[in-house]
Amino acid sequence: MNAPLLDIHGLRHTFPKADGGDLLVLDGIELQCVQGQIVGLLGRTGSGKSTLLRLIAGLAQPSGGTVTYLGQPVLGPAPGIAMVFQGFALFPWLTVLENVQLGLEALGLPEPEIRKRALAAIDLIGLDGYESAYPRELSGGMRQRVGFARALVVHPNILLMDEPFSALDVLTAETLRTDFLELWGDGKLPIKGVILVTHNIEEAVLMCDRILLFSNNPGRIIREIGVDLRQPRNRLDPQFRELVEKIYVAMTARTPNAPTGRQITINTVLPRVSANLFSGLIETLAAEPYRGKADLPVLADELHLEADELFPVAEAMQMFHFAEVEGGDIKLTDIGKQFAELGTDDRKKLFQKQLLAFIPLATHIRRVLQERTNHVAPKSRFLDELEDHMSTEDAEHTLRAVTAWGRYAEAFAYDDDTGMFSLENPS
Amino acid sequence: MRVFVPSFVSDWSRLLSRWDILAVLLILGLLVFLGEASRHLFEPLADLQRTPPSLDPRNLPEYAARTTLRMLVAMALSLLFTFTYATLAAKNKQAERILVPLLDILQSVPILGFISVTVVFFMALAPGRVLGAEFAAIFAIFTSQAWNMAFSFYQSLRTVPTELVEASRNFRLSPWMSFWRVDVPFAMPQLIWNMMMSMSGSWFFVVASEAISVGNTTVTLPGVGSYIALAIEQQNLKAVGWAIGTMLVVILVYDQILFRPLVAWADRFRFEQEPGIVAPRSWVLDILRRSRIVDRVKRPFAALWRRVLLPRHPDNVEAVSRAPRTRPGWIAFQLALIVFALTALALWQALRFFTEGITLADVGTVLLLGLATLIRVIVLIALATVVWVPIGVWVGTRPFATIVVQPIAQFLAAFPANVLFPIVVSGIVAWQLDPNIWLSPLMILGTQWYILFNVIAGASAIPAELRAVGASFHVRGWLWWRRIALPAVLPYYVTGAITASGGSWNASIVAEVASWGNKHLEAKGLGAYIAQQTDAGDFHRIVLGIAVMSLYVVVINRVFWRPLYHYAERKFRLG
Repeated sequence: MNAPLLDIHGLRHTFPKADGGDLLVLDGIELQCVQGQIVGLLGRTGSGKSTLLRLIAGLAQPSGGTVTYLGQPVLGPAPGIAMVFQGFALFPWLTVLENVQLGLEALGLPEPEIRKRALAAIDLIGLDGYESAYPRELSGGMRQRVGFARALVVHPNILLMDEPFSALDVLTAETLRTDFLELWGDGKLPIKGVILVTHNIEEAVLMCDRILLFSNNPGRIIREIGVDLRQPRNRLDPQFRELVEKIYVAMTARTPNAPTGRQITINTVLPRVSANLFSGLIETLAAEPYRGKADLPVLADELHLEADELFPVAEAMQMFHFAEVEGGDIKLTDIGKQFAELGTDDRKKLFQKQLLAFIPLATHIRRVLQERTNHVAPKSRFLDELEDHMSTEDAEHTLRAVTAWGRYAEAFAYDDDTGMFSLENPS
Repeated sequence: MRVFVPSFVSDWSRLLSRWDILAVLLILGLLVFLGEASRHLFEPLADLQRTPPSLDPRNLPEYAARTTLRMLVAMALSLLFTFTYATLAAKNKQAERILVPLLDILQSVPILGFISVTVVFFMALAPGRVLGAEFAAIFAIFTSQAWNMAFSFYQSLRTVPTELVEASRNFRLSPWMSFWRVDVPFAMPQLIWNMMMSMSGSWFFVVASEAISVGNTTVTLPGVGSYIALAIEQQNLKAVGWAIGTMLVVILVYDQILFRPLVAWADRFRFEQEPGIVAPRSWVLDILRRSRIVDRVKRPFAALWRRVLLPRHPDNVEAVSRAPRTRPGWIAFQLALIVFALTALALWQALRFFTEGITLADVGTVLLLGLATLIRVIVLIALATVVWVPIGVWVGTRPFATIVVQPIAQFLAAFPANVLFPIVVSGIVAWQLDPNIWLSPLMILGTQWYILFNVIAGASAIPAELRAVGASFHVRGWLWWRRIALPAVLPYYVTGAITASGGSWNASIVAEVASWGNKHLEAKGLGAYIAQQTDAGDFHRIVLGIAVMSLYVVVINRVFWRPLYHYAERKFRLG
């Protein structure tokens, strides 16, 4: 009963960088999954939690450390570990029944048994009557049910779920979660353990017995939180709210380190947050009922933003010194309050001032442009510089973020046709 | 839970439905056709020359059948090539580095010029038999079909969505199984589209490859192509008319019987799942799907397919994990060594070949002739653009006109334009026009349609919202063309123009030289040069001509079409 299904020890993982170096995405991961538990991996986008799931599934090999499943090292896709995908990953040319049967066919089972088990799984997951439908005929919720049936039909010991509800609308997602928890609670699922990747804090508290919080760049487990609430859990239960608040605090606790403790440099990965979102959030915070200070979970709820969407904005506002984040709260600074009161043109001026004062990459771009006689410089020049320190994707995102800010602040211009930064704006 | 009724209960409640009768007729017809057409394959070549093709129109059905069979055999070979070559290129990094550029160059080689070279080779393989000549013709057709199919398949394999690949690995499909269950279905719609393009393109070559003469040897295979050749020799316009009529019927039939059903069937493999797109339909497919007999006959084959061709995982149940396959470095090293050796050999052969019979002056002449053909191609593409882009946009923005015109344009692109050459040539002879100018339009006669139907497709894809914006701001006249219509169709136009330009180069080999009975017309150009050298049987100069033409095509693609395509894709592709 208590022998771990899965044992991960000292795991680290790197991706190759453009300049030939390695980029560390996961470091020092220790994880045990025992029978009867749902383990949640909770973190921001880019914290490497989906990568970890793929390492567990044997779809990739870790750069260091071990993944052990039932005492055996995982060196490739293992039988007994099945996965549910964020984008469903259904084969559009196969019917619901054929999609569910696929995993059994690969096992080489006799045809009558394949059919029997597939129909049983379809029945269990509530897809009766849809056997001969093609995925394109189904709604998102029904498609993900097929995803679940396909994973369960092979009777895996461990079910891996990669943000399985994030592509669904709120109501559908909730129905699927409840149905899943009910089947799990009644012991009707042929699985022994679940690992759930999510960036949705409430989802994690609702479903998991244990939650592992991930940090960004590189992904590390910063905290482990046990959830002892009885199923079915109630989102309005004070204990539930308290746990959500606790996780918010834990996840923002290190954010103050980002701008001050860990100094922002030219090579800091910048969140892509539009200037409009800045203005909107600052205005909201400045107005009633917040008056410059808000509880992040409350704010997220009010604005219909997920934590994953709210954190980057909060982080960016901190970088610009428009706000401070601490203990799950966000608080406008004096500059932030001043910004809220200005008109469009003056806002731009203030934004420019903050941009050039606190975002070193923007300062750097502007200085390079000023130093050059013709005041232009190609995008590739800066991209190459960034790629020495981060992944190609991050570099592209960071440069896009700073380009958008530079444009709003009228600090510099960029022409996508030529790929050139310049000082002059078209007149 | 569903109730499963044993299949025989429902099957024989009515003995035969009309769908069954139609299906049986279709299949019987196919069998008769195959048997009839392949009966002559093993006859000695001498027989063939004793019964020369005649212009009697009653022979045409048989000729058409043989011509079509050649194409189908070539298509089967092309598929085989596609599944092996493209798969190797997509799955093996080392192989990819060589195979992809190779394919790109092969695409640019003017196949028509090559027939003469290969015919000798294949005749030697099966001396004295019709089979050798058939091989040569089929090979020529194969070379006109295979490259773009392989390219499309390679590109599809590379773009299989990551999640699907991960899912198939997670559920431990064997490589063989995931090839047939994941890769091939994903690539299917694109592949079928390319098969249609290939089939259209190859009509041109089938007509040219049936009457092959190299130096003193002339091989005539019974078929529509040789029928036309004979009609030209005897200046028989009526026979040319018969041949054109036959081609029209054949193309219509194979479109309805082969490709329409394929396209309708492949619709299920479309990966994009957005609704609203009207699914293509085919009456043949409807018959086959509704027929119970076909269903019964199909079932054992389907079971066989599942059992034999999609075998189970060998070591599935016990193995906890499969070690990742390692590809040791020395395999790569060996591969590199082999490629290096082959390249060196090819280079040495080529050098020896050229130094034997070719002077620098020859090379200069051929380059100049290439320039003449290049100018023709540029002028013709420009003319076709000026004519067809406005017409295409006009048609494409009117749904009703699109429904009428689009199939016609696609049909015309499939029609082998060289069948029409005799008519044009007889006109040039009759009015004594300058062949240097008037032979040129023949080059683009068959290929211009690619521009038209691509532009129509582009114009009809302009979102209704964008057109509404144009209308509400009163964007009209030249401004409308400049700001809305032309940018929106540019990516489509470029796709069409690339095909048209490549096709025109190829066509120059048959278009720059033409004859009507004993009158021979000739335009100055690289195509004419290759044709003349083929008549003379001068292999050195044939190869030189082909090499230079390939060079022109490759260079123009790299420096002009490809950058333009990427620019158009990046900037103007909607959605």
